[in-house]
Amino acid sequence: MDRIKTEELSGAEIVIRCLQAEGVDVVFGYPGGAVLWIYDELFKQDKVRHVLVRHEQGAAHAADGYSRSSHKVGVCLVTSGPGLTNAVTGIATAYMDSIPMVIISGQVPTHAIGEDAFQECDTVGITRPCVKHNFLVRDVKDLAMTMKKAFHIATTGRPGPVLVDIPKDITVNKCEFVYPETVSMRSYNPVKKGHAGQIKKAVQLLLEAERPMIYSGGGVVLSNSSAQLIELVKRTGFPITNTLMGLGAYPATDEQFLGMLGMHGTYEANMAMQHCDVLIAIGARFDDRVIGNPAHFAQNPRKIIHIDIDPSSISKRVKVDVPIVGNIPDVLDDFLKLIKESKTKNIASWWKQIGEWRGKDCLKYDRKSKIIKPQFVLEKLYEVTGGDAFITSDVGQHQMWAAQFYKFEKPRRWINSGGLGTMGFGLPAAMGAQMANPGATVACVTGESSIQMCLQELSTCKQYRLPIKIINLNNKYMGMVRQWQQFFHGNRYSESYMDALPDFVKLAEGYGHSGLLIDKPADVEPALRETFKRKKDLVFLDFLTDQAENVYPMIPGGKGITEMILSEDL
Amino acid sequence: MRHIISILVENEAGALSRISNMFSARGYNIESLTVAPTEDASMSRMTVVSVGSDEIIEKITKQLNKLVEVVKVVDLSEAEHIERELMLIKVRAGVKEREDVKRMADIFRGRVIDVSDSTYTIELTGDGAKLDAFIQALDQSTILETVRTGASGIGRGNRILRV
Ligand SMILES: Cc1cc2nc3c(=O)[nH]c(=O)nc-3n(C[C@H](O)[C@H](O)[C@H](O)COP(=O)(O)OP(=O)(O)OC[C@H]3O[C@@H](n4cnc5c(N)ncnc54)[C@H](O)[C@@H]3O)c2cc1C
Ligand SMILES: Cc1ncc(C[n+]2csc(CCOP(=O)(O)OP(=O)(O)O)c2C)c(N)n1
Ligand SMILES: [Mg+2]
Repeated sequence: MDRIKTEELSGAEIVIRCLQAEGVDVVFGYPGGAVLWIYDELFKQDKVRHVLVRHEQGAAHAADGYSRSSHKVGVCLVTSGPGLTNAVTGIATAYMDSIPMVIISGQVPTHAIGEDAFQECDTVGITRPCVKHNFLVRDVKDLAMTMKKAFHIATTGRPGPVLVDIPKDITVNKCEFVYPETVSMRSYNPVKKGHAGQIKKAVQLLLEAERPMIYSGGGVVLSNSSAQLIELVKRTGFPITNTLMGLGAYPATDEQFLGMLGMHGTYEANMAMQHCDVLIAIGARFDDRVIGNPAHFAQNPRKIIHIDIDPSSISKRVKVDVPIVGNIPDVLDDFLKLIKESKTKNIASWWKQIGEWRGKDCLKYDRKSKIIKPQFVLEKLYEVTGGDAFITSDVGQHQMWAAQFYKFEKPRRWINSGGLGTMGFGLPAAMGAQMANPGATVACVTGESSIQMCLQELSTCKQYRLPIKIINLNNKYMGMVRQWQQFFHGNRYSESYMDALPDFVKLAEGYGHSGLLIDKPADVEPALRETFKRKKDLVFLDFLTDQAENVYPMIPGGKGITEMILSEDL
Repeated sequence: MRHIISILVENEAGALSRISNMFSARGYNIESLTVAPTEDASMSRMTVVSVGSDEIIEKITKQLNKLVEVVKVVDLSEAEHIERELMLIKVRAGVKEREDVKRMADIFRGRVIDVSDSTYTIELTGDGAKLDAFIQALDQSTILETVRTGASGIGRGNRILRV
């Protein structure tokens, strides 16, 4: 272990020094008794900036959005008890989508642990199922190493949130500070290279494929391997689809891109998934919202290659033929080397078939509508921002329309909660994205129900002058819930109508921002153009949209990937 | 099928709950679980007996390996192995029953380790089936208390699990 400096520091100072050593430039947090000494040390320095949120859920989501939009670790800091429990939703959200985050939580003093002390909770126990790993620091001497391990574990292998719980007395106690430069753990050694024999087998399958299909997911975004993916697709000439989490890893406007697949994926992507003869899955986990019923999926046998760094993702829901455990960029580099010397089969007839499926135009909607169609707003949002904005989203219909209609050209531009599906994610995640990308265009696509779940963060946006553009697709319904009730519960709209909505324009103004209500299709584009010219202001755009609109295509729960409900218009 | 899984795990606070949590959170079954430190005090060895299809057991070993504190995992049932469990059983042993109980214990190579006016406590090791058989062989109405450790397992011959 190399020593960079030796001096006696308090635990609180050590925490800050560790963050500095890790190059952390911003921490999202909220103070309280157990973390007062840490806040005191934050105050005394200016390398690590602190963003004061208005609710700890916001802190976790903001750290998450910061990470997703930048590939850096997101850090958040919360106090013991309610501070931590408020953050749990945000931690679980990051866990489900494998986002590298470090959460520092205060804890009651070591001697009080287990005595139902004021603001005590079993943080390690509560968060265990929703973190990659967590630690309770029991001795200030372990603090620096624990912090080092936390960052190491969060960022390597399959990334994820790691929590460090620090009792208050540990933040006061002193010890010599040495920040370890390296860390080695005999119990934790994620692989990098894929098995050469398996890779050879996989490449052979690809070369022999007559109806090949590439299916890539969040893993490509997380591992920054978009360039290798594009090269693979271009060199092979194969069709490609992305999961909700993988959007942007392959440019959406390219003709080899079939759109998103899955529950609300395109007709062509889902048909090609079912009818291909060789499928290669890259950093995608065969989620139930993606392949639907696995028994139905298995009805058309195909050879499946699966690249994932986490062996537990492989053959979990779908049995695969060629598993490759490894880090995507390393594995794809090996693929590309092997493919270079060889030729793939002529797949013109497969492309012809795909062209026919594409001909269905499954995302068609009524463009002449007198009421604003949500799809129209997103198409215009794409045009006005040149496809280059960071788009965060909440959860619901608006999320699916954003995924379908905003054409993401680059990775890390599409930031949404896929695995946990957390309403309230959008606004704080946008704060994180804006903090990580000052000067960039950041928009939050949301719904009137979702936005109310973390609305208080409008105040944070004011304090830190975060010029986020809020695109509220206001259908006065929990639209996604209403859609399921329409399809599967006999139109009984039980508790899905959002009554007593606030005047969002006034509300934005109340927080010191500006807002605009748009209720005519003709006003959509001008409003967007005006808004995105305002580089310094947060603008809340409240679009009154068609209340009855549904997201199509849709695979009903439990159905097969090709058993899609298509729009009535088709 | 019944599988016996051996786990080497860092001897850290919370490691045991992390492992047992994983089983309950994912709905995997635990028939028995034993744990104690090894010759290297920084590491514990755990034996879990679980019942499930090969597919489920593969998922279990993958999930175990994924836990940061887990150093190594082996499904002992995949090859030759030895399995032992310890049972302490207290039975009523008044003057009438004493001789029978003692004889039965001898047949099963058990040892009487505690005696009182009216009870015998017997120590018995073996695989689970042998312990079951002993319980069956006793007059059921004489059994006062049983304590079983759950199975511990080790590979045969050169099959060694260590870091
Ligand atoms: C309302 C709603 C509707 C939805 N509808 C859809 C839908 O229609 N279509 C859809 O696709 N999703 C949909 N989802 C999202 C869905 O629930 C899942 O979150 C998503 O499909 C998972 O994406 P993924 O398979 O890319 O996996 P991710 O969750 O992104 O996981 C990434 C995988 O990559 C692996 N990985 C990470 N890093 C590396 C590395 N360096 N090397 C190798 N492997 C790595 C990980 O181990 C993991 O297995 C919906 C969600 C909501 C809330
Ligand atoms: C925290 C949380 N609670 C409940 C849900 C279930 N849910 C999924 S979508 C949805 C409705 C979202 O409504 P809105 O934000 O208005 O979006 P819309 O579907 O109308 O576009 C609900 C309640 C959820 N995903 N997250
Ligand atoms: Mg709504």
